[in-house]
Amino acid sequence: MALKIVKGSIDRMFDKNLQDLVRGIRNHKEDEAKYISTCIDEIKQELKQDNIAVKANAVCKLTYLQMLGYDVSWAAFNIVEVMSSSKFTYKRIGYLAASQCFHESTDVIMLTTNQIRKDLSSPNQYDTGVALTGLSCFVTPDLARDLANDIMTLMSHTKPYIRKKAVLIMYKVFLKYPESLRPAFPRLKEKLEDPDPGVQSAAVNVICELARRNPKNYLSLAPLFFKLMTSSTNNWVLIKIIKLFGALTPLEPRLGKKLIEPLTNLIHSTSAMSLLYECVNTVIAVLISLSSGMPNHSASIQLCVQKLRILIEDSDQNLKYLGLLAMSKILKTHPKSVQSHKDLILQCLDDKDESIRLRALDLLYGMVSKKNLMEIVKKLMLHVDKAEGTTYRDELLTKIIDICSQSNYQYITNFEWYISILVELTRLEGTRHGHLIASQMLDVAIRVKAIRVFAVAQMATLLDNAHMLTGNTQRNGICEVLYAAAWICGEFSEHLENPMETLEAMLRPKVATLPGHIQAVYVQNAAKLFATVLKSQEGNTDSTTAQEASQLMIDRLPLFVQSANLEVQERASCILQLVKYIQKLQQKDVEVSEEVCALFAGELNPVAPKAQKKVPIPDGLDLDAWINEPPSESESEDEQPKAIFSKEEPKHSRPRHTEVDEKELARRREARKQEQANNPFYIKASPSSQKVYQETPGVEHIPVVQIDLSVPLKVPGLPMSDQYVKLEEERRQKERAEKKKKDKKKRKEKRSGRGKKHDSGPESEEDITPAHMVDIVTEEMPENALPSDDDERDPADPHKALDIDLDNLESAGKRPLADSEKLPVRSHRAAEVLKSPAEDEEGENVSSLEPKKKSSKEKREKKKDKDKDRKKSKEEKKKKKHKHEEKEEADLLCGQADEPAFQSEETNEVVTPPTSTSADVSDLDFWLSNAPVPSNTQEAATVAAAEAAPAPGAISVTTPDSEPEEPKDTEMEETKSSKHKKKKQKREKEDKEKKKKKKHHHHHHHHGDKGGEESVQNGTVEEEEPLPPMSNYCLLAENSYIKVAYDIQGNLQDGSQVVVSVIFENKCDSFLKSMEFNVLDSLNSKLQRPEGSGPHDSLTIPFQLPPGVSNEARFVFTVQSIIMPQKLKGTLTFIVKNEESSTHEKLDFKLHFTCTSYLITTPCYSDAFAKLLESGDLKSSSIRLEGVNMPFHHLLARICFHHHFSVVERIDSCASMYSRSIQGHHVCLLVKISSQTVSVDAKCDEPTLLGNVLDEIKQTFSQC
Amino acid sequence: MIKAILIFNNHGKPRLIRFYQYFAEDMQQQIIRETFHLVSKRDDNVCNFLEGGSLIGGSDYKLIYRHYATLYFVFCVDSSESELGILDLIQVFVETLDKCFENVCELDLIFHMDKVHYILQEVVMGGMVLETNMNEIIAQVEVQNRLEKSESLPFILH
Repeated sequence: MALKIVKGSIDRMFDKNLQDLVRGIRNHKEDEAKYISTCIDEIKQELKQDNIAVKANAVCKLTYLQMLGYDVSWAAFNIVEVMSSSKFTYKRIGYLAASQCFHESTDVIMLTTNQIRKDLSSPNQYDTGVALTGLSCFVTPDLARDLANDIMTLMSHTKPYIRKKAVLIMYKVFLKYPESLRPAFPRLKEKLEDPDPGVQSAAVNVICELARRNPKNYLSLAPLFFKLMTSSTNNWVLIKIIKLFGALTPLEPRLGKKLIEPLTNLIHSTSAMSLLYECVNTVIAVLISLSSGMPNHSASIQLCVQKLRILIEDSDQNLKYLGLLAMSKILKTHPKSVQSHKDLILQCLDDKDESIRLRALDLLYGMVSKKNLMEIVKKLMLHVDKAEGTTYRDELLTKIIDICSQSNYQYITNFEWYISILVELTRLEGTRHGHLIASQMLDVAIRVKAIRVFAVAQMATLLDNAHMLTGNTQRNGICEVLYAAAWICGEFSEHLENPMETLEAMLRPKVATLPGHIQAVYVQNAAKLFATVLKSQEGNTDSTTAQEASQLMIDRLPLFVQSANLEVQERASCILQLVKYIQKLQQKDVEVSEEVCALFAGELNPVAPKAQKKVPIPDGLDLDAWINEPPSESESEDEQPKAIFSKEEPKHSRPRHTEVDEKELARRREARKQEQANNPFYIKASPSSQKVYQETPGVEHIPVVQIDLSVPLKVPGLPMSDQYVKLEEERRQKERAEKKKKDKKKRKEKRSGRGKKHDSGPESEEDITPAHMVDIVTEEMPENALPSDDDERDPADPHKALDIDLDNLESAGKRPLADSEKLPVRSHRAAEVLKSPAEDEEGENVSSLEPKKKSSKEKREKKKDKDKDRKKSKEEKKKKKHKHEEKEEADLLCGQADEPAFQSEETNEVVTPPTSTSADVSDLDFWLSNAPVPSNTQEAATVAAAEAAPAPGAISVTTPDSEPEEPKDTEMEETKSSKHKKKKQKREKEDKEKKKKKKHHHHHHHHGDKGGEESVQNGTVEEEEPLPPMSNYCLLAENSYIKVAYDIQGNLQDGSQVVVSVIFENKCDSFLKSMEFNVLDSLNSKLQRPEGSGPHDSLTIPFQLPPGVSNEARFVFTVQSIIMPQKLKGTLTFIVKNEESSTHEKLDFKLHFTCTSYLITTPCYSDAFAKLLESGDLKSSSIRLEGVNMPFHHLLARICFHHHFSVVERIDSCASMYSRSIQGHHVCLLVKISSQTVSVDAKCDEPTLLGNVLDEIKQTFSQC
Repeated sequence: MIKAILIFNNHGKPRLIRFYQYFAEDMQQQIIRETFHLVSKRDDNVCNFLEGGSLIGGSDYKLIYRHYATLYFVFCVDSSESELGILDLIQVFVETLDKCFENVCELDLIFHMDKVHYILQEVVMGGMVLETNMNEIIAQVEVQNRLEKSESLPFILH
């Protein structure tokens, strides 16, 4: 044996290790591949040996080769072997190799489950660590499902090193196995407050990742994160939290208000640029979410912009880049504050760093306005000239076009200027974006009718200078512009000054060198021009011009008839024959122009891009039905050339008739846009007309178009678009002057009239009137178009599955985990779970034996079938269970608060009262409504009011959306009730067991269905124990038809209001309708009734209750004094309707306004708390509670939950608590526990209130 | 989330690659080439962020890199990571390497790729930042190295 080992180690000494391999590769630079292949052969030999050390060495080398791009998946099994070595050294090598090359489709992964589980529970924390690290890279859905429970246990490991790794890997587990999120979430949340900063940071990291994708589910964690943000000093954690808040604020504007102050403080105080930057970013997000009407936040915007300016001005390129990035976010909502830094951003265009230039360009896109568009584009044009490197120049070009064309040319006041810019851009050499310029030209010419005259003139010049564009043989680029030019000249040829000249230009022999599709357009549009020439000569006795035109066509077209391009050839030969025929007619002096023009008659309108999608399908048309039987194979081959043809066709033909359907138009437009071709060029003539702008003064006299084309279009010197800038300036000045005059007049008039002052402030956006009437033709849409939005989430997004409501998992939650949601555990443990509750039940309750069996059978089935359909059935069960549990809790607590008779009755019930999540939500509401900004109170109040009363009047209905239709199936109901009973007993049993555990410190594996419970086995503190579920809803009244439960919550925004949420539950088989709720007002408390109703009128409840259904309504009460509890008498009347009859029923009740219900959970920091106590304004009082038999944290949770307190500080068995009344009374408690005796020392500025609250607390615990 | 961590030299030779999302080997090499191409043509005095390449990521992803002497350290991250934070993290990582290898140079990375991986594993796990405190990272790496040593001694003595 020893010899073998020695032999093995000697063998090993002769093997190459990683260093030798690397050295070898470096020494074989010429024949590296060959050398490596011999190495791989050696490695294969080594892997065949039994010695694990040799194998590990081989695997280590493979990891290196993997990095060089060699596929090593063939060694996957050997990697698993090395992973399972008992030595850390080899295990680590194995896991590293696995993490580098395993993935979901690696089949040996399924062999690793048990090995990984073993490593996870290894006594050596580094074995566990290595396994976790490896697993994080190759976890599969199967591994996630099988190991989720083990990893969850590790989250409470004693070593922080393991805890933080376990917490992090949970994110990967959630992604692969979303069912694990709900059971694991409470513990994950707990880890946010882990004493170890690394673990805390990991938990923050995971929750941030989760929340980023589904932020709404994590809103309820906002208070906790807020606390962390104000307490943490770890910048990494702070950055994550602040980023998370950035994701949450859009969902909850009130959160934003709360954040502004601490974030602003951080911005001022922090020295870390990364933190500063994230703070600014989140403040921006807040400001965006608040953007509507928050004038008092302009200071924050200023602060942000100012800080960003500092970043942009910094010499550090990184800060500059980020500053610009953040600036673009502000831009969206507060463009004005950014626009003032235009100079700075324009400067960045000169930066040597391309990333920064591109960012600056992005910013400019959003900064333009009618006022500065020309100026900005002028600057950009300068950069175009300077830019070296075509990529950046092309980027500039597209940006210029983007900037100008954005939102339907919104910012262009002068389209002549824009056409000039486009023409100038055609001078760019070697640009790829000829087609972009072309499509802009086409778009503008088609959509802005007023510009056509000018555009046609420009295009004619372009065509005349076409040789400049085609001179360079470079293929890709600018000659595409000629396509647009030819088309515009042809289509709008009636505006041409000299169509004959243009016709000549279009038929030059040089044209034949252009790409085919452009030639085709030339030929077609030459025909259009020809028609125009004929028309212009109509009635002219001297027909020479017309005949010249015909002759020109006949002379030049044969060149195109010979074209290799089918399209060109076809069109040319067709038109040639046509012209020959026309010439014959001309010689006979027949008037033909009308007929020829008819060929090209008709108006072309733009079509909305979505038009085709929105065409409604006519009734009775089944698009999926075969029109003919499926074609045979030979037919399908014919299809292809056809498709090509029809695709090409729209480029050249033009729809002549308006009745061509929109679909066709949209398609052609699309095809046209897609076209590309190329060549740089230069135009020497810079035509421009100056006269146009010398408009006669008078605002109302702005002409549609006043171009005098007799004036030569050439202006020497300046590039032409620049002139527009000057001219535009002049024009605006004139306008302004004109306006002032008018204003003066008006003022005079007014003075003589009312004497009111009229202020004409500085020129604003709206004052700038466009030089042309911007007649942008609206896009056509099909009739009956269906409005639809198509932004949907990618169904393949793995995060979709993680969109799980987690709020209900709070300790005070309404929806604890259902059986079906617990994580899969290994089978022997599962058996334990199954067994114990059954035994327990037998001992306690014999009568319910049958349902019990049923449910346990169900459970067993659940365990057994691991098929896919399991999920489905689980889903259903989940729903049922949740509902049931909700009900149970509500009932239990009602029972506690009221007479025990109710409790006994409740077990027989099948129907579930829904408890909405309103309690949770309102907790958050209250936290949020504490925002320090004074101005928000009103707004928040309106929000709250809107929540409380969306319907006019004081009543509102909230139908919990998680409430599906009640199943009518009796069998289902039976199962439910059985489960219900069992649950309850199980819980009782669990409680007992826990007590036992504590007494004996007995580590006893018990896997209950609550995640929290498992932690007990890790020796963690009793804190881990789950709290019993609680609800504040207590029974208001009940008869055989209906059960009514209620809860009262204070409204902090209005010190005189409380909201009473009432759940009505139909218990009978009949329909309940016409429910009316009325309360006899007292002097102190009044029910808010809708305007116009009398003080004794009852409120109609705006819903009906089918059998077994429950629903919630809220009523707002105004109260004056809150220091005394009060009871209000009231009645509920309703009609019970079944098939035979309907009866009128009445139910009396007493609504109990406890002093507690006037308290609002308000967080308080310990220093503020101490100050409050020191102030001496508070009166004190105390009570003692005897025989309290519950853990201290349960006690605290109960006080918090039932009496709306929050814990300020807790030290061992002593805690300070705080709450505030809706009228601002402070209530402070000091709670101590010692051997079942609880003493509560309390202070409050209102002794009567305090006394009553204490009495109520006492009552709560006497009922336990 | 960090999608990938790449270390390569001035000639684009990979020194460590760590993908947190599966790519086949040839794709990995293509990504390295593309990333090298993007990063290497940038001056040293321009910003350290690059809007992602075409192969890895997409619009949400960024390349954040640092250039030290002969080596490029490139992190491909999505928008949930703070840009400056990741830059700091690269610095922490490199300083840790420097401590662990005592004046780290490219040769250390070439011959001890495995060790570099083990160090990286203490910094980033499964694409998420695990630890940012250098002392903590070094402490954990050292304990594991000692563990490895203690295992190898009896082996040779056998």
